[in-house]
Amino acid sequence: MIERKRILEVVCEAVDEMNETLPHAERLEKSEAAPLFGRDGRLDSLGLVNLVVAVEEKVRDAFSTEVSLTDERAMSHRNSPFRSLGAMTDYILHAMESSYAQAA
Amino acid sequence: MLKPPDKPVIVITGTRKGIGKYLAQYYLEKGFIVAGCSREPAEQESDRYRHFCLDVCDEPKVRRMFGELRKAFGRLDALINNAGIASMNHFLLTPQKTVQRIFNTNVLGTFLFCQEAAKLMKKNRYGRIVNFSTVATPLKLEGEAIYASSKAAVNSLTQVLAKEVASFGITVNAVGPTPIPTDLIRGVPEGKMKSLLAQQAIGRFAEMRDVANVTDFFISPASSFITGQVVYLGGVAA
Repeated sequence: MIERKRILEVVCEAVDEMNETLPHAERLEKSEAAPLFGRDGRLDSLGLVNLVVAVEEKVRDAFSTEVSLTDERAMSHRNSPFRSLGAMTDYILHAMESSYAQAA
Repeated sequence: MLKPPDKPVIVITGTRKGIGKYLAQYYLEKGFIVAGCSREPAEQESDRYRHFCLDVCDEPKVRRMFGELRKAFGRLDALINNAGIASMNHFLLTPQKTVQRIFNTNVLGTFLFCQEAAKLMKKNRYGRIVNFSTVATPLKLEGEAIYASSKAAVNSLTQVLAKEVASFGITVNAVGPTPIPTDLIRGVPEGKMKSLLAQQAIGRFAEMRDVANVTDFFISPASSFITGQVVYLGGVAA
C-alpha cells in the first residue's frame, strides 16, 4: 500500500532541493494548495521543468519505480498535476497504483 | 550516491559496430568512462565501459539506463547519439513499416536520449550533446527520402534543443558525415556512391577519425559557445 503522505514528503524533498537554487522571493511554498503553474502559479516554464525533473528523480529513488509527469495522461489531464503540490501528489499516487495494479 | 568519478562520463548509442564502436574505443582510450548501448551485446572490454542492451526508442529501458548511470556516476558530460538506420528505396516502394522503423530509431531514439541526458547534465549545469545528421539531407539524395527527412528532423531537433537547454549549460550540435564504409551503406550501388562523392568539395569517403575530429570539437569544454550547429564533412554545404 502506497501512502499518500510519503509521496507528499518526497515531492517536498524535491521542492527543498529546488528552493536551494532560488532566491528567497522566488522559493516555492511547501503547501499542498499553493498554485504551482498556470494562473497565479509561482513557476515559469523553466521552473516547472526543474521541478518535474527533480520530482521524477526523487520518486524513482524513493520507490524504485518510474513515474512520468510528462506523459500524455499528465499533459491531457483535465485537472493538471501541475496546479499544486497536492495535485501533483495525487497524480503520482494514481500513476503508481495503476502501475502496481497492472503488474499484479 | 557514490562520489562522482573524476573521469568524464560519455554515453554513446549504437556501440556494437561501425562508427559507434569506433567512438566508444576512441573515448575509452582518451580516458572517458563510456556507457554504450545497442540491441545486442557489444565487444568492448574495459572496466570503464558499461553496456546496455536496449532499443533506443524503448522509453522505459532508456529511462532505466539513465537512472542507473545517475546512481553509478552522478554525472554525465557528453552524449553522442550515433545509433541510426537507413533504407535506400524509391519512396513509392517504401513500406510504412520501414518509415516507422527509421523515424523511431533516428528521431524518437535521438529525442529520448537527449531528454534523459539533459536531465542528468543539468544537475551539474554542464553537458555536451552531439547528434548524428547526414549529407543526404542537404544533398536531397534520391532514394533516401525517409532517411534524409528523418535526419532533417534531427537537425531541427538539435537547433531547437540548443535553445531550450542553453540555460542549463548544455550545448547541442550535430555532425553530418559523408558516406563511410560501414554496414549502413553496404547495400548502396557503386555508381550511386560515386555520384554522391562527386557532389562533395572533397570527393572521398569519410574515415572514422574525420567524425571523431568533429565530436572532439563539440564535446570539448572549450566549445561552450558552440551550439545549434550542424557540421557536414567533405565540404557539403548546408
